[in-house]
Formats: sequence, structure tokens, C-alpha cells
Amino acid sequence: MLRSAARQDWLPHAIVWLGIAVTAFPLYLAFVASTLTPQEIAQAPMPVLPGSQGPANYGAALFEGTTMRLSPPVISMMWNSLLMALVITFGKIAVSIVSAYAVVFFRFPGRMFFFWCIFITLMLPVEVRIMPTYEVVSDLKLINTFAGLTVPLIASATATLLFRQFFLTIPDEYVEAAKIDGAGPLRFFRDVVLPLSRTNIAALFVILFIYGWNQYLWPLLMATDKNLDTIVIGIKKMIGTGDALTEWHLVMATTVLAVLPPALVVILMQRWFVKGLVETEK
Amino acid sequence: MDRKVYFNNKALPYLLLAPQLAVTAVFFFWPAGQALFMSVLQQDPFGARVVFVGLENFAALIAEPDYLAAMWRTAWFSLAVTLLAMVPALLLAVMADRVARWATFYKTTLIVPYAIAPAVAGVLWLFMFNPAIGSVAWVMKSLGVDWNPTLNGTHAMWLVILASAWKQIAYNFLFFLAGLQSIPRSLLEAASIDGASEARKFWTVVFPLLSPTTFFLLVVNLVYAFFDTFGVVHAVTGGGPAKATEILVYKVYYDGVHALDLGSSSAQSVILMAIVIGLTFVQFRFIERKVHY
Repeated sequence: MLRSAARQDWLPHAIVWLGIAVTAFPLYLAFVASTLTPQEIAQAPMPVLPGSQGPANYGAALFEGTTMRLSPPVISMMWNSLLMALVITFGKIAVSIVSAYAVVFFRFPGRMFFFWCIFITLMLPVEVRIMPTYEVVSDLKLINTFAGLTVPLIASATATLLFRQFFLTIPDEYVEAAKIDGAGPLRFFRDVVLPLSRTNIAALFVILFIYGWNQYLWPLLMATDKNLDTIVIGIKKMIGTGDALTEWHLVMATTVLAVLPPALVVILMQRWFVKGLVETEK
Repeated sequence: MDRKVYFNNKALPYLLLAPQLAVTAVFFFWPAGQALFMSVLQQDPFGARVVFVGLENFAALIAEPDYLAAMWRTAWFSLAVTLLAMVPALLLAVMADRVARWATFYKTTLIVPYAIAPAVAGVLWLFMFNPAIGSVAWVMKSLGVDWNPTLNGTHAMWLVILASAWKQIAYNFLFFLAGLQSIPRSLLEAASIDGASEARKFWTVVFPLLSPTTFFLLVVNLVYAFFDTFGVVHAVTGGGPAKATEILVYKVYYDGVHALDLGSSSAQSVILMAIVIGLTFVQFRFIERKVHY
């Protein structure tokens, strides 16, 4: 692009920096609050620079939780979140990649019907079937179990569509070559399709990990047992109802801990993240 | 869309499809069917008898002032979230697209909020705007605004709108930036040679070429505002004060889980389903068009 004058260059930078300031401010404030004493936070306005209580606050949040025991120690909630996120992520990737493989590389009666069945789930998010899904899970005796928390979320129309889209670009010659070499469909899947799908799997991993880690409505319905609390649910419980009683220094330390894992995944895997976002929305 | 060469096994494809279809049937189709079924039934208060009432639940819902109010509230909430999430994102993308230095750093920093759960985003904003201790609330009070989202419904609404929009800016920014980067540089150079100002170039060249991206984001943001903001509302206001922030998804949840009104909650679910199906349909219609162009 032609630039009319070099002196105009400062304006875009200034606007982006303003945007970053607004974007980052809530996070910065949470970080500052997580390093202050409750008294320092309570005196409005609270200091704008970090204090010295950081290690103490994070230690207390991680290993003890709030004093009123509204939620378990954060370390156990982070463990639940991590486990849930990973099971959902790999579960979705696994069931989707094999479904897409079946739909693309085989001819069988009902093929398109089954594909549409999977596709239609796009239009049935948890939010529109809250009560009946709760009843199904409760009939299956899965309330307050880890299986109830994860298995119902392990179906993914977007992941299946993405893999199908990609599988259609694998040349027919590969399949022919495999057949001539006497490789069966499972062998072909393991030795050819799976290695070729690496970048797609990485892209989906980022998107789905964030999806899994950030689940809210589902655990809220399924898991009333404290031992199954995820960190996102835990923060809500820590705020409780009584405003004056909220231990904001611990809540903010927990918030920072809740944001860190998905934020790191996005930052460190940025290339796959962008690919994943753009491809799954096609 | 079909391959010419494929494998011939009879049972294997069904086996491969089985896990996903099982989850889909048990946790998606069965409950959705139940919602449809229950939406035309009514239980007497003692749960002893269930009678078929046709569309009565829907009629009752539409006659209920609370539901109509929630509908209007959702409409204006979604519109506000969509605008506040898209306009700043477009501005930032246009600016980030112009700079060469620092570009990677800007992009990385601006996309981080995407990773934050809606409920956590809500808590961050709740903290800033807490009338007793929040830093922003303190500034507002110093400016003479009697800020109190725990009592004032309008304030509470603004709080959930801002938190919801803030989180979604990252997503829109990425898509706008990708859209901008796919615009041929030659078109912009031609406009520059013709002496078009930056503003004119934007409105006559860039913005029209971005319209597919904009339209796509419009649908995605509406879906986000309708459904994914449940966490924000639940964590920040719990639908209050006095139902001032009760949007449709929150009402389905509340009426079903807390008020235990299954008929009404199911009818509401069915209405929400119709909305999702409508929005998905619009989205795919648009994608078909984009392919032809």
C-alpha cells in the first residue's frame, strides 16, 4: 500500500495501543488485586500497582480455597478443569475423525443420513435443551459423575465437517496405492490419514481445549458435588451472594489462574488457533 | 463431493460412526424430542396426570408479559453486544492492518480475551464495576454518576453488555484482519493513485469487499449474544435486579431448574431451537452465495 506520509504512521499505532489498553485493563486489574491485601482492595480506589501479597494470595487460593470453604482449593478445581477439557477435546477429535473417515472413504446404505444426523447437532446447543438433557443424564445415573460431565459433550459437528472437508482433498491415488499394497482401511487410516491430519488435529485441539476448559452451563447442571467443581464454576461460587464477604484478593488470584491455561494455549499455538477458527467456521 | 475410490467393508463404517451417533442420539436427539413432546403437554401440580394441551403452552407463553419483556430485552441486548463487539474490532483490525512494525505483538495481545470463559469475563467486569470497591465504579462516582448495578437495572444491563462484548472483540478482530489481508493490494494502490483519501478508500473499496466477513460475523455474534452469554448473566447478575437482565436463555434455565415449570421451559426451548435453526440457515445460505461469487 502507498503511504501518503510517514508522519501519519503514529495514528494507527496509537489507536491499537488504546485498544490494547482497554482489552488488557480488566486483566491487569485482576492481576494487581491478586497481589494486594483485602484491606488494600477495600479502600476505594485500590492501588494501581501490584503489592507484595502475591505469593501469599496464590498459595492460599491454590491450596486452601476461601476461608468460608465456599469451594475446594483451586488446585483441585484446576485439575478437574484440565481433565474435563482434555477428555472433551480428545474425545471430540477421536469420534469426529473416525466418523468423517467412515463417511468419506466408504459407500454404505444410510451414509448421507448419518452424516446429516451429525450435522444437525449444530442446531441443538445445550442451551436449547436444558431440562430434557438433564433428565436423560439423571435417568442414566450420571449426575455428579465425571462421565456425566464429559461424555454428553463428546460429539462435534464442526470437527466432523472439518475432517470431512480435509479428507475429500486426499487424492484417490493414495487409496488406490494402499489397495494395491494390500493395506486395509484401518491400516490406511493409521499410516496415511492420521499423519496427514496432524495440523487439523492441532488446530482443533486449540479451539476445543478452550471450549472444554470454559464450560459453564453444563457443569452447573450436572455437577453439584463440590469435588467435581471446575475452576470457572468455583469462581462463581467464591463470589457467593454476600457482597461484603467476598474475598476479592483470592477471587482475583483464582481468576488469573483460570485464565492462564487457555490463554497460554492460544498464545503458544497461535498459528493453529487462527487456522482452527477460520477452518471450523467454513 | 464424493470420492471415486473407496473401501468395500460392510460393517466397518457403521462401527466407526457408532460412538458419535450414540452420543448424538442419547444426548441430542432424545432430549430435543422430549422438549418438543413436553412442550405440548401439561402436568397437573401434583404430577399425577399429564394431558395433551396442543399449543396451549406456547399461547400461554406469548400471553405472558414476562416472556415478551424477556424477548425484547434479548433483542436489544443482542444488538448492543453485536455492535459493541464488531465496531471496535473493525477499527482495530483496520489500524493493525496498516502497521508493519509490532504487528505480531498487537495481534497476539488482542486475541487473548477469546480464551477467557464468559463467566470469568463477567467476574472481571463485576470487580471493576463493583459499587463498593471497583476502580471504574470509583471513577464514575467521582464524576457524579450514582453507579449501582446491584440496584439499578439499566446499570446492570450495561455491565453484562460490556463484559459480553469485550470478550467477543478478539474473535471479530481476527476475522476482520483476515478479511482485510485478503483484499488485493493493487486495488488500494489504484485508489491511492486516483487521489482517494484514507476515509474514501475505506468506504468505497475496503468496506464493500469486507461485506461477506461482516455479514458472517453479524450472524456469529448474534448467536453468541443469544446463547453463549448465559455465563456472563449467571455470574454477574443472576438475571437481576428484578429480572432486568433476564435474557431468554437465562429464563429457560431459571424456569426449568429453579421454578420447575417443565411445560413452559420446554416451550421456551422449542422457541430457542427455532431461533438457532433460523440463524444457522441464514449462515449457510450466505456461505453458498459466497462460494458462487
